[in-house]
Amino acid sequence: MARSITPRRKILTTAAAWAVGILIFFPIYWTILTSFKTEAQAINDPPLFLFFDWTLENYSVVQERSDYMRFLWNSLIVAGGSTLLGILVAVPAAWSMAFVPSRRTKDVLLWMLSTKMLPAVGVLYPISLIFVRFGLLDTRAGLIAVLMLVNLPIIVWMLYTYFKEIPGEILEAARMDGAGLKEEILHVLTPMAVPGIASTILLNVILAWNEAFWTLNLTAAKAAPLTAFIASYSSPEGLFFAKLSAASTMAIAPILILGWFSQKQLVRGLTFGAVK
Amino acid sequence: MYRRTALLAAGAFALAAAGSAAAEITIATVNNGDMIRMQGYTDRFTDETGIEVEWVTLEENVLRQRVTTDITTRGGQFDIMTIGMYEAPIWGANGWLVPLDDLSDEYDVDDILPAMAGGLSHDGTLYAAPFYGESSMIMYRKDLMEAAGLEMPEAPSWSFVRHAAEAMTDRGRDINGICLRGKAGWGEGGAFITAMSNSFGARWFDLDWNAQFDTRPWADTLNFFVGMMNDSGPAGYATNGFNENLSLFQQGKCGMWIDATVAASFVTNPAESTVADKVGFALAPDNGLGKRSNWLWAWALAIPAGTKQEGDAKKFIEWATSKEYIKLVAENEGWANVPPGARTSLYRNPNYRRVPFARMTLDSILTADPNDSTLEPSPYVGIQFAAIPEFAGIATEVSQEFAEVYAGRQTVEEALEKAQDITNDAMEAAGYR
Repeated sequence: MARSITPRRKILTTAAAWAVGILIFFPIYWTILTSFKTEAQAINDPPLFLFFDWTLENYSVVQERSDYMRFLWNSLIVAGGSTLLGILVAVPAAWSMAFVPSRRTKDVLLWMLSTKMLPAVGVLYPISLIFVRFGLLDTRAGLIAVLMLVNLPIIVWMLYTYFKEIPGEILEAARMDGAGLKEEILHVLTPMAVPGIASTILLNVILAWNEAFWTLNLTAAKAAPLTAFIASYSSPEGLFFAKLSAASTMAIAPILILGWFSQKQLVRGLTFGAVK
Repeated sequence: MYRRTALLAAGAFALAAAGSAAAEITIATVNNGDMIRMQGYTDRFTDETGIEVEWVTLEENVLRQRVTTDITTRGGQFDIMTIGMYEAPIWGANGWLVPLDDLSDEYDVDDILPAMAGGLSHDGTLYAAPFYGESSMIMYRKDLMEAAGLEMPEAPSWSFVRHAAEAMTDRGRDINGICLRGKAGWGEGGAFITAMSNSFGARWFDLDWNAQFDTRPWADTLNFFVGMMNDSGPAGYATNGFNENLSLFQQGKCGMWIDATVAASFVTNPAESTVADKVGFALAPDNGLGKRSNWLWAWALAIPAGTKQEGDAKKFIEWATSKEYIKLVAENEGWANVPPGARTSLYRNPNYRRVPFARMTLDSILTADPNDSTLEPSPYVGIQFAAIPEFAGIATEVSQEFAEVYAGRQTVEEALEKAQDITNDAMEAAGYR
């Protein structure tokens, strides 16, 4: 029997949800607001919320100083490329773990996840040396490879969870109808797991877009994505908060828009299988 | 026949393309006003030499990590690196940098301020050319000082500064007598307290590389700093660095601020500062022991060993750190905006001497000697740091312990005891002791 929700409880829950939402969104709101202030207004005490002379000067300075489109293009290629490559590797891996598990499958999954527990800086030198050896420094191909590897455990885990929800009997029936492995994965499994795969792709694009350790340490002038664009406006000796905010707003705008339009898909995918 | 002609044409085209391809150098640099300004003039260099320039601008700490990784792995991503006075002698000694010992006569290497050249050299060889240099000095509010019935001497003592700070503090009007760095980090609060400790007769190491935090001068330094800041400093000073203090000063909330000389152009800029016309300057304080508490720093351009563009990189360095570049900036943006602290000739220039903070900046630089920074003899070079590779890590940890004192979470004695252990352990592990 479903529990009835009292109006008081509903109001409290709604208020709490709004409070949490505002709390999470506030830093983004503040960044966007600061990007329209002068440097003096940006540090004003008390802080200026809405009533100040709005200016687009910071955006103009940032546009003039940096080649935004080049950074954006690199971000698109690197985030998109690493996600696609990750999905190509992770779908067969998750399929085998979900439908033909071995005695060690759980251990393998845990081991994959444990690699995420290692601080990235711990492998900075080995990875840098490999990149130097193979001429991958400051290349998009190198970044795609490293970001794919960094996010692969999460992709495999997410897909594994979604695949586990799909009854194995359906795949067996497809096999009995003569489907090979390729047909089984492409024409039976994938269509059924579309929401899960879509949300995995979205989450991975967001993770790759925001990744700031490897993208800063393995790039220079050519393959640097938007994380490097933001870093170029940060300074411990000089107040450039308004310009930094303009650069940040320009860097997060594409992923914010993508997240906004795909939020239903994302939430559906992330909660898929959470409630049985 | 057609095929042969096509091949020949393709070959000729490829040769022509190769011949016309412009040389290109990549420069890693920090984000500050002078460096960004230089990027704006890069087209002039390209027009003069035909050498294209790619800039990689990063935040100071990110840049430090990025260029260190690149140079130690021989990544070869950069043809010129912007490095500081801390890295230059260490990297030069390791053979990681190209010696700048064959710069042209027109460049006039002898015009570089001796303190800067000394700090950027190893064994007498220059490894990085200073783009701009800085020391630290007192920036103070002339109106508040006058209202307190005091007059700032050109070279004040710490006791005067403490007295003036108390007199200028007005908690009701949110005015703090003095604003200083307390933020953890070897280049933030660590740099300030180290430079201050020199004037109290302290040092990091004795001649056998033993830590000296168990000595009286260190206790005096820290007790004085904490007492003065608790009485006259802003709330939460334990987390204040350069930017936080700059913000406070520009909003009229500090009577005095002792920090980098480069801040002078910010606090006197009416577009950014509410107190632009009320700022005076004085040397960093001393304690009558013969050592002042000012530091010395330079952002300098260096060429990593192994670059394939050594010649072009040298051409750029000669252009960017030349007298002509200073003239170029002065003509277009005024003398107050030229990169300071690198060349002797700049301070002889009558136009520059009219800039309000010019003389005090030079005096501060000239009174700082990285080779003789401590009262008692010490085995290291550097004023606000010891130029050894281990220092950054050790000083960051020590400054975290000091910041705990500033936040009221431990006593001076506890912090000094921990600092002594941290430093001795690290030096032992590194093989110094």
